Amino acid sequence: MSDDSTALVQIRDLHFSRGSKHIFRGLDVDIPRGKVTTILGPSGTGKTTLLKLIGGQLKSDQGTIHVDGLEVGKLNRRDLYALRKRMGMLFQSGALLTDLSVFDNIAFPLREHTDLPENLISHLVLMRLHAVGLRGARDLAPAELSGGMARRAALARALVFDPMMIMYDEPFTGQDPISMGILLALIKTVNAALGLTSLMVSHDLNEALSISDYAVIISEGVVVEAGSPEQLRASESAWVQQFLQGKPDGPVPFQAAAPDYETELLGASGGLH
Amino acid sequence: MVNFIEKFGGWWLDLLVSLGNATLFLAQMLSSLPSLLKRPSLLVKEMYSTGVMTLSIILVSGLFVGMVLALQGYNILIDFGQENRTGTLVALTLVRELGPVVTGLLFAGRAGSAMTAEIGLMKATEQLSGLEMMAVDPFKRVFAPRFVAGCLSLPMLAAMFSAVGAFGGYLLTVLVLGVDSSAYWSLMQLSVSFTADVCNGLIKGAVFGFVVTWIAIYQGAECIPTSEGVSSATTRTVVYSSLAILALDFLLTAVMF
Repeated sequence: MSDDSTALVQIRDLHFSRGSKHIFRGLDVDIPRGKVTTILGPSGTGKTTLLKLIGGQLKSDQGTIHVDGLEVGKLNRRDLYALRKRMGMLFQSGALLTDLSVFDNIAFPLREHTDLPENLISHLVLMRLHAVGLRGARDLAPAELSGGMARRAALARALVFDPMMIMYDEPFTGQDPISMGILLALIKTVNAALGLTSLMVSHDLNEALSISDYAVIISEGVVVEAGSPEQLRASESAWVQQFLQGKPDGPVPFQAAAPDYETELLGASGGLH
Repeated sequence: MVNFIEKFGGWWLDLLVSLGNATLFLAQMLSSLPSLLKRPSLLVKEMYSTGVMTLSIILVSGLFVGMVLALQGYNILIDFGQENRTGTLVALTLVRELGPVVTGLLFAGRAGSAMTAEIGLMKATEQLSGLEMMAVDPFKRVFAPRFVAGCLSLPMLAAMFSAVGAFGGYLLTVLVLGVDSSAYWSLMQLSVSFTADVCNGLIKGAVFGFVVTWIAIYQGAECIPTSEGVSSATTRTVVYSSLAILALDFLLTAVMF
């Protein structure tokens, strides 16, 4: 199953709609093994939806998603759960269980899925907490953590089963520079040290691209550009350049579609009355 | 006219779809119940937060409802020289009707709304999605323990409501109004049948517990994951539960008594 030459996640001809809104219209994406890949795109383009489709939380209308050779849409519940044990997911909010302490949150997947003795669970949890710098915060409740600490705790929980891949949903949103720096270093270090595949969705272009090996830009349901960060920055597409440089006007106009300005101001009669 | 028919038809279709979804949700929840046998600690924890934490409001309400019933009953029965039967009136009213119904309404307001809000917030803060991505089934871990706790708690709370209500009636009738203590208890004992009255009251409590908890959990799990969505879901839980309790009470009373 684990052929290093193939992509860990292969998405082919993916179609997905919510009501009358077409989010993906024939998306083709490969997520390479052992790399940090970032999915970029304008707001509302379906980046988080893509993570949910890969994790099997949503079903596609058409097309296939293969993760480590397994077609996610065709797995039964037991096989899907077995696959999810090999995938970690870091939610935007951290998604820590609010009635448990930080320690118990990290221990939660181990207690749910294994019969390991409590002293071994304690060792495993402390190792993960140490890796993310939160060994001293083990007894705190999630509500007592800052946003950055909550995401680090969630990362520790995602790592507790030594997954083959971790998906990050907007990991840098709302972080101060120090927290962002810590998260960037952690994602990069953890990916390299544990030989993971990381898939990240982010709006923080420069930060995300600084640690990415590969990036994919999605817009209007299809891939607009894909390649290394350097290849993206060298893209000749005016749309990609506008997106990467954050220019207010360009192929995506500043003004929403509207009737002619002059005609609307001056009226059909041609003047103010 | 066509518009009206269209809207009316659409409303019915939406209602049927909602009922269908709620039934499928219930079926999935029921199929998750065997997992509780492996983790009884989850049930104990939920019994505490659902049942024990509702106990104070139930006991206080039961005491006052019992005293009010006794006062009203005494004032009516004394005209017929039957004030000794006040205990019978209090006990039968509590055990057959007010015990399960008032407990159900209070339970919906206290525990049902809390359950919906908790599950709704778990959804809004992605905790339910987080559980799924950790390969933990929310039906087994979150919904099933709460459902069983609600089904077991309500009949027990209803029984306690009735018992405390009967004691409240005793306090007022015997200690304040001067009715003979032995007449109060012995006539009550003679008139109240364990199977026909007490057991049927408990069955009513169990049915209300089933419905209220089902509504509360479903509304929480299906709410729009925003603060407004959670708030609306909580309101719906209390309104739907209250209406369901009153309607079911009529049906059950017609069948049982």
